[in-house]
Amino acid sequence: MKALRNYLDKIKPHFQKGGRFEMFHSTFDAFETFLFVPNTVTTKGSHIRDALDLKRTMSIVIIALIPAMLFGMWNVGYQHALSIGASWEFWQTFWYGFLKVLPLIVVSYGVGLSIEFAFAQVRGHEVNEGFLVSGILIPLIMPVDVPLWMLAIAVAFAVIIGKEVFGGTGYNVFNPALLTRAFLFFAYPSHMSGDKVWIAGLTKGQGVIDGFSGATPLAKAAAYQIDTMPSVYDMFMGFIPGSVGETSTLAILIGAAILVITGIGSWKIMVSVFGGGLAAGLLFNAFATNPYMQIPAWQHLVMGGFAFGAVFMATDPVTASQTEKGKWIYGFLVGFMALLVRVLNPAYPEGMMLAILLMNAFAPLIDYYVVEANIRRRMKRSKKVANV
Amino acid sequence: MSKVIKIKRGLNIPLKGLAEKVLMRLGKAETYGVKPIDFPGLVPKLNVAVGDRVKAGSPLFYDKYRPEVLFASPVSGEVVEVRRGERRVILEVVVKTDSGDVAYEDFGAASPDSLTRDEVIARLLKAGAWPYIRQRPFGVVANPTDTPKSIFISGFDTSPLSPDMDFAVHGEEQNFQAGIDALRKLTSGKIHLVLNADYPPAKVFADVKGVEFHYFTGPHPAGNVGVHIHHIDPICKGEVVWVVNPLDVIIIGRLFLKGIYDATKVIALAGSEVLKPRYYKLISGASIESIVNDNISTEKQVRIVSGNVLTGTRVDRLGYLGFYDNMVSVIPEGNRHEFFGWIAPGVDKHSASRTFLSKLIPGKRFAIDTNIHGGHRALVVTGQYEKVLPMDIYPVHLIKAILANDIDRMEQLGIYEVVEEDMALCEYVCASKTEVQAILRGGIETMIKELS
Repeated sequence: MKALRNYLDKIKPHFQKGGRFEMFHSTFDAFETFLFVPNTVTTKGSHIRDALDLKRTMSIVIIALIPAMLFGMWNVGYQHALSIGASWEFWQTFWYGFLKVLPLIVVSYGVGLSIEFAFAQVRGHEVNEGFLVSGILIPLIMPVDVPLWMLAIAVAFAVIIGKEVFGGTGYNVFNPALLTRAFLFFAYPSHMSGDKVWIAGLTKGQGVIDGFSGATPLAKAAAYQIDTMPSVYDMFMGFIPGSVGETSTLAILIGAAILVITGIGSWKIMVSVFGGGLAAGLLFNAFATNPYMQIPAWQHLVMGGFAFGAVFMATDPVTASQTEKGKWIYGFLVGFMALLVRVLNPAYPEGMMLAILLMNAFAPLIDYYVVEANIRRRMKRSKKVANV
Repeated sequence: MSKVIKIKRGLNIPLKGLAEKVLMRLGKAETYGVKPIDFPGLVPKLNVAVGDRVKAGSPLFYDKYRPEVLFASPVSGEVVEVRRGERRVILEVVVKTDSGDVAYEDFGAASPDSLTRDEVIARLLKAGAWPYIRQRPFGVVANPTDTPKSIFISGFDTSPLSPDMDFAVHGEEQNFQAGIDALRKLTSGKIHLVLNADYPPAKVFADVKGVEFHYFTGPHPAGNVGVHIHHIDPICKGEVVWVVNPLDVIIIGRLFLKGIYDATKVIALAGSEVLKPRYYKLISGASIESIVNDNISTEKQVRIVSGNVLTGTRVDRLGYLGFYDNMVSVIPEGNRHEFFGWIAPGVDKHSASRTFLSKLIPGKRFAIDTNIHGGHRALVVTGQYEKVLPMDIYPVHLIKAILANDIDRMEQLGIYEVVEEDMALCEYVCASKTEVQAILRGGIETMIKELS
């Protein structure tokens, strides 16, 4: 460690202003601060600071995503094995999925971080850790068979148009990971929906056994094939086709527990998203006119990307509501809208992505009203004083 | 006992090195300093030149824009130095003490009750005791031509390692009462004395007459006068409230009972790098050298802070105790690299969040150093500031309004109700390491300019 430190100190001057590699200043800085917490001390204001920084905040989210990611890898293998009628042992299943998912992660990080580093260098900023989370979220909300070049284009679009043009992490309006998915969804719909994309190898027609369907529970529900839907147990555990990391509600709940216990994720948003979804589901149950609307409200919560969106997407602090009261409203509407889109709109099988993006756009408005209420309280007090 | 106001949001930072309740009497220090930089916004003009002889209570400098506001020498002796900083800003006026007793300017003893309001103000101004009275909004020296709607005194301090006020005011019943009597002349409203509801207050506070008592309980900043004002008698646009520290009420009291400016007070010397953290009785403005002496660790590089670690001013051994400060904190410097520090379990690290193992050790005290623990980032995490600001204010929105220099918005979002100390914890907890206090002071300066 000492040697490493000395080495860094030795090469550091080359990366500073006037040095040979000044153009890589931000990159060097990112790696240096990754290895060592900087030695900067407080100069003004409070002399001591909380030990929590953005690196740790983001790391906790990544740790919370690990259960969903690992399960996703296994499930990719499992679904593939089902489709070809093979029965694989555990490690073989996991290994197959690992090799399928890894390229997605590499492409997502590679493209996204390169752009982030370049922008940080041009702006003279330090590299923000925000993309470390987006970069792992993106593969988890993709169909496993998405072509890598498409993924690369989508990531570039989301990072540049969705984030950097606004000023980088902290200033973006829309969740970058969801923007990636939305881009692909509208630009290349054939690769993002249907019955074949969710299972590795299916699009290439690799030896599918007779009678096998790769349809997700949502697609089946939308087609009113309620009786062929997987059991609630399978949907909760995640033994179903779907985007890589979204299928296992259990794995997602483990992540949710990590986020809530550490206080990094907002439990208010998570609870209110589930509350909003449940409310919409109950409303459908009460006025059911078709089999989809009759699905018990609570079952919606374990289907599709609902849980994943509630725990990891809606809680993104930058794009969610920023006031505590606003978080309740924002979350509720995300959940409600997601089901509305899911059940009532035949064009989109899953509503979570669009619901969150829609509410991202409305979050500042919610905050505006919450803050205005605070201002009105203060004004009222002033008027009372003026009248006395 | 009146209703107890419970403060729920806030944070006690458990630092090592709490002062033991042992009172040391500090002899006269060699030099004393009065620092114009203790008074935000002040433009000082000197009354004295190097070589002049002064008594305790003789003016050293005055406010350029309000020449009647004088700043006095706390001791008698010779002006030996006027230290200046960048662009010749006056940093300190240094007085070297004579041998023998302190010689005081005589302002004549007088009971505040026998004086008119104008006479009380004139006496406070003349003796240099006026600056002890500060106003809210903005936390600057009060304007003698204002009439405040009320005066607030916080009888307890909840900041990290803060001195026990009850211990610090012990035995000063008469002076405290005289100070309260003088302050009562200044406002048409009430004098609010706020005490800690958790334990019975000192006799000095409990027996005082002419005040309205309030009781607060909860984590820091429950002892901050800004929080008290917000909950008891909030400030609206155009209103002025004055605030005084209890130790300074005592100094004001002496001015009336004895007719002298005797700035003696009891302060705490605390922090993980102090060998024997204790209380000291000394004269305000004493040199830091005379206080820390050989009582601090020499193994590590340390930082000496006049005041508490959240809001205090960095000083070195050659510096002086700040005008309003009731403690000196000594903590380790944190100028070291830490290998993978951001992912370490962190048994020794304090955080308001629950992301470090240290959360699992209840009652643990920490030797926190001055390392920032990360780099500056755009604001990303939400809800952090709100958890440590027990006021009906949206701190992040206020900070953003200041950064956007939007004056109307600052006013609407409550800039009149906060000063740096109230939002110091926001700065402490910020994961993006935003310099909240400096930004807030910038906003306050903008408002002062706008309103004048």
